[in-house]
Amino acid sequence: MDNPVDGEKTVSTRSVEIGVALLIFALGAIEMWDSWRLGAGWASDGPQSGYFPFRIGAILCGSSLIILFRAFRDEQAAAKNFVPKSQFRQVMHVLLPSLFYVFLIWAIGIYVASILYIGAFMRIIGRYGWGMVCAVPICVMAVLFMMFEVWFLVPLPKGPIEELFGY
Amino acid sequence: MEEIVSLFHGFGVVVQPFNILLMLVGIVLGVLIGVLPGLGGANGVAILLPLTFSMSPTSAIIMLSCIYWGALFGGAITSVLFNIPGEPWSVATTFDGHPLAKQGRAGEALTAAFTSSFVGAFVAVVMITFLAPLVAKFALKFGPPEYFAVQLLTFCSFIGMSKGNAFKTLAAMMLGFALAAIGLDTVTGQLRMTFGTAVLLKGFDFLIAVIGLFGIGEILLTMEEGLEFRGHTARLNTRVVLDTWKALPKYWLTSIRSCLIGCWMGITPGGATPASFMSYGLAKRFSKDGNKFGQGQVEGVVAPETAAHAAGTSALLPMITLGIPGSPTAAVLLGGLLIWGLQPGPLLFVEQKDFVWGLIASMYVGNLVGLIIVLTCVPYFAAVLRIPFSIMGPVILVICAIGAYTVHNSMFDVWMMMVFGVVGYLFKKLNYPIAPLVLALVLGDMAETSFRQSMLASSGSLGIFFSNWLVGSISGLALILLFWPILSRFLGGNKEPAKA
Repeated sequence: MDNPVDGEKTVSTRSVEIGVALLIFALGAIEMWDSWRLGAGWASDGPQSGYFPFRIGAILCGSSLIILFRAFRDEQAAAKNFVPKSQFRQVMHVLLPSLFYVFLIWAIGIYVASILYIGAFMRIIGRYGWGMVCAVPICVMAVLFMMFEVWFLVPLPKGPIEELFGY
Repeated sequence: MEEIVSLFHGFGVVVQPFNILLMLVGIVLGVLIGVLPGLGGANGVAILLPLTFSMSPTSAIIMLSCIYWGALFGGAITSVLFNIPGEPWSVATTFDGHPLAKQGRAGEALTAAFTSSFVGAFVAVVMITFLAPLVAKFALKFGPPEYFAVQLLTFCSFIGMSKGNAFKTLAAMMLGFALAAIGLDTVTGQLRMTFGTAVLLKGFDFLIAVIGLFGIGEILLTMEEGLEFRGHTARLNTRVVLDTWKALPKYWLTSIRSCLIGCWMGITPGGATPASFMSYGLAKRFSKDGNKFGQGQVEGVVAPETAAHAAGTSALLPMITLGIPGSPTAAVLLGGLLIWGLQPGPLLFVEQKDFVWGLIASMYVGNLVGLIIVLTCVPYFAAVLRIPFSIMGPVILVICAIGAYTVHNSMFDVWMMMVFGVVGYLFKKLNYPIAPLVLALVLGDMAETSFRQSMLASSGSLGIFFSNWLVGSISGLALILLFWPILSRFLGGNKEPAKA
């Protein structure tokens, strides 16, 4: 990973380090600003709402600035590849479908969405035959259904297809 | 003597059939969680926490703490057989455990690991039985300044003892406090950092953060590192177990040393991970076979496993007596207490005797049952790891999503889990520690309340944290730990800094 081949280069570790530090700084600044709005001082009845968070925000900004400063001086991190392109693609292969999966839970309920998600993952990444792709997700979700809805009586989000079965 | 009576009362609570059943379920689930990548003690307990909302607190804590013991046992299986530490505290177990497996002595390594885990946990539980009531009695005298000082001590020791960049530890911790502050301020009734949105009203639940940071983040990392697991098979029969047991007593000195390290590191929030490394290092230095460590020494398995379990178990001592968790998993259990309607702290020993002694008794029984289960079922648990990641990965993600949803029956939480997952991935790649973030998120409100009450009492003067010998010495110790990296440089010591 230290010596990236051409084409495997994405971004340097330093860039990501700087980006994350800036984000943390921004969060700290938002917290300070909002605490200031609520009042970060002393009221007649004691410390105001923003008293504690304002100080937390200040430390957050301070520490992120030091991280930022160190990152700028870190030549080693500047040369280092954050993640090789092929591995980054692997990560995206999980992340993007998972985001779509969360959208599907909202749209059609967790059971059908999960069956589609596990099935698609097995088919596309694991290259399983259709028999396995159909059987495994349905069995897994059946077990989870028994565990949550029947034994522990915890309702999960459901869509039109579960409605057909009377749930 | 009073402790013994209470303990037997606790055993009475534990041996009810329903609780025994929950214990078995908890341990089996725990070992599975410990074995699977992407699921660990902290987020495994977090995912299963919603299942316990309708149980009595005592039954709930028995099941969840047994998941914790199971996860502690489970970590050793993957370390020895697959050279993959299932949990951070079992990294040191791979050093000698995996070479033993390569030599075909996996059964021996596993028996040694499980048995020493049990010994470590047992010693820690005995210590908790007799020490916890004393600590609780002492802590009853604590007022808000003392509480804040103890919390300060916890957080300062994280910064002072951190292995990497101390400012990253600080930033991660403050991020936790910042997230904890979002939502309704219970003292003044004002809304903080909600920016007019309704979803932020109730704030961020730490369970969502734990599931995202530890679960999704871990899956993304596993994906990046590739999906291949190659392992050795383990055959555990009675003969191997008995032969190993016969050989174990000769490591008694290592055992005792590791127990002491583990108990100490567990109570002070050092945690199981540094305890296991420290114990391995010391065993290597003092053993007469020290130069053979790393090539497959049973002693090299005994040392880290004993310490890790002793630390993992004794991390519950500050949790039940002071309300300060010693590890991320203990933090999740503490969150559970709040959800079940119990106020963590010394009053538990007065008001919730059933709960406290039921928990302590279940530690004895749970670890014994755990030992028997892992010794008899290792091949089945190892088989779980042979399931390809292209099946396990999405299933774990589905379980995480269900876990996140069930906390508040909210889709927003599932989205937040994904956000925390990406944050967890970035943080791990950039060496930001996650444990302080989680601890700050859990303790944030409590720390703020005790800080405010102290400020109120002193009308805004920080001098209150040094106003008497008790609070002064705790605050002083906190400051020493905070500046430990600088102090130790001045003192000329080159002590290995431990990672919290």
